[in-house]
Amino acid sequence: MTSTSDPSPTWAEGPVERVFRTEWGRLLSLLVSRTRRLDLAEDALSEAFARASDRWPGEGMPADPAGWLYATAYRHVVGRLRAEAIAGRKAPLLAVRPGWVPPDEPAEVLADDRLQLILLCCHPALPSESRSALALRLVVGTSTEQIARLFLVPPATMAARLTRAKKKIVLAGIPLGAPLADELRVRLDEVCRTIYLAFTAGYTPGTGPDLLRADLAGDAVRLGALLHGLVPDAPQVRAMLALLVLQHSRRDARQRDGRLVTLIDQDRSRWHHDEIRAGLGLAAGLEPGKGYAEELRLQALIAAEHARAPTAAATDWSAIAGHYAALEALTGSAIVRLNRAVAVAEAEDPRAGLDLLASLDTVLPDSHRVAAVRAELAQRVGDLDIARTSYRRAIDLCANEVERDHLRAQLEALPPPGSEVTSRGRRS
Amino acid sequence: MKYFVLLAADGELPPWDKLAADEQEALMARFGAFDEACAARPGVEILSSEALGDGSTATTLRTRGGEMTITDGPFAEAAEQIGGFYLLEAPDLDTVIELCRVLPAYDIDIRPVPDMG
Repeated sequence: MTSTSDPSPTWAEGPVERVFRTEWGRLLSLLVSRTRRLDLAEDALSEAFARASDRWPGEGMPADPAGWLYATAYRHVVGRLRAEAIAGRKAPLLAVRPGWVPPDEPAEVLADDRLQLILLCCHPALPSESRSALALRLVVGTSTEQIARLFLVPPATMAARLTRAKKKIVLAGIPLGAPLADELRVRLDEVCRTIYLAFTAGYTPGTGPDLLRADLAGDAVRLGALLHGLVPDAPQVRAMLALLVLQHSRRDARQRDGRLVTLIDQDRSRWHHDEIRAGLGLAAGLEPGKGYAEELRLQALIAAEHARAPTAAATDWSAIAGHYAALEALTGSAIVRLNRAVAVAEAEDPRAGLDLLASLDTVLPDSHRVAAVRAELAQRVGDLDIARTSYRRAIDLCANEVERDHLRAQLEALPPPGSEVTSRGRRS
Repeated sequence: MKYFVLLAADGELPPWDKLAADEQEALMARFGAFDEACAARPGVEILSSEALGDGSTATTLRTRGGEMTITDGPFAEAAEQIGGFYLLEAPDLDTVIELCRVLPAYDIDIRPVPDMG
């Protein structure tokens, strides 16, 4: 059931790669809607792209590449269905909601059923780690190997995860077909969480050459942009895209020489300022709202403050602290409180930040980040004993070798008792 | 498709026998509304449904090493609260989920029943 030929931009270069990037999701959603066979559609489209990769370089591109690919894939599906019928096998079809209408016979313009496919992949009945993977695989076309790299798991694990998710969709009757208005809003919240999960996976520190997987986080941004194009009026989608674009714009400044570079220390000339302009434009149009849409909006506004500051020193920490306060009131999240402590330390003074940290030890007892922030703030107010203890605790709790090295360096850089030097090191 | 809908646990609801008469009536009304909602939905049929006897009336059979042991009570503490089930015919999972919103707010386990034919 798993596709054996995973098309990925590495073996199909130039024009085929470009067509792949723009057409994979649209063609797959259409094939899935026409055939109601998730497994066959994916295999058939992979086959069609493989054939294109073989033939187009020599024969030249067809006048209508998408049409060629669609027709080739569809013929492949028909062939497989015939073989199944002869063998007396009949695989179950995707369920459909009552009132679902199959797409018309393709005319000049191939229909866009990508929203249906996104909603299918991101259904809450699927395990959350599978939804992100499935959405990237089916809607963006990211290869299984790349998705495995993104989530720092072995490729076989990811392949199995995808296979199980696709099986569950069919066996549990997760349907094709757009949900009704209110339900769509709730489902879009879930989709945004899924896309954000895929994005942050790219920035979860790994090791060595895979310290960060910013290129794959970029696939999540593309998915977010695609979704925004499909539902431009959805506030949570716009807020999510603003957030992703702004955070992603910093990708080339986030690591150097195999180490992570915190936000304060980043070389801002390596930020993508054209993307920042786009992100700020998206953020500017956001209206205050409720629930998850409002959470995303506040996060986007925070990202916007960082993005628009020409230097770290010019950051409007007061505005950021205000947004974090609103976010904490909305979510009650301890992680938000932690980030708020950092902002308050900058906007007011480190003591105020330390005060906010006080309640977090019971809520986040195993968080190396709480200890690390406490260490930095304690260092700034001159509580060097607390700084030392906290750095040591952070090092003990931290699972990532590169982050641990960074913390060790911070600990070693602490002045011996009696001297008075400040240093910095915060989130990236 | 066939779905087995299990009323698996009370969730935030108090146990049935701890409810006042009018609260029990309110929950019964929701069961009635569920029956009506299913009847009104194209492609949906309740094939079977029962409320189950209390967990204290359960008997468990366990076979280990070829020996069957009979004990009082349900097979696990988690199963104490299983209250009942429906066997539904429905076109898709989202239809079942929407209908289940009408039921009292129990913890509900939805399983597809594979077509063995």
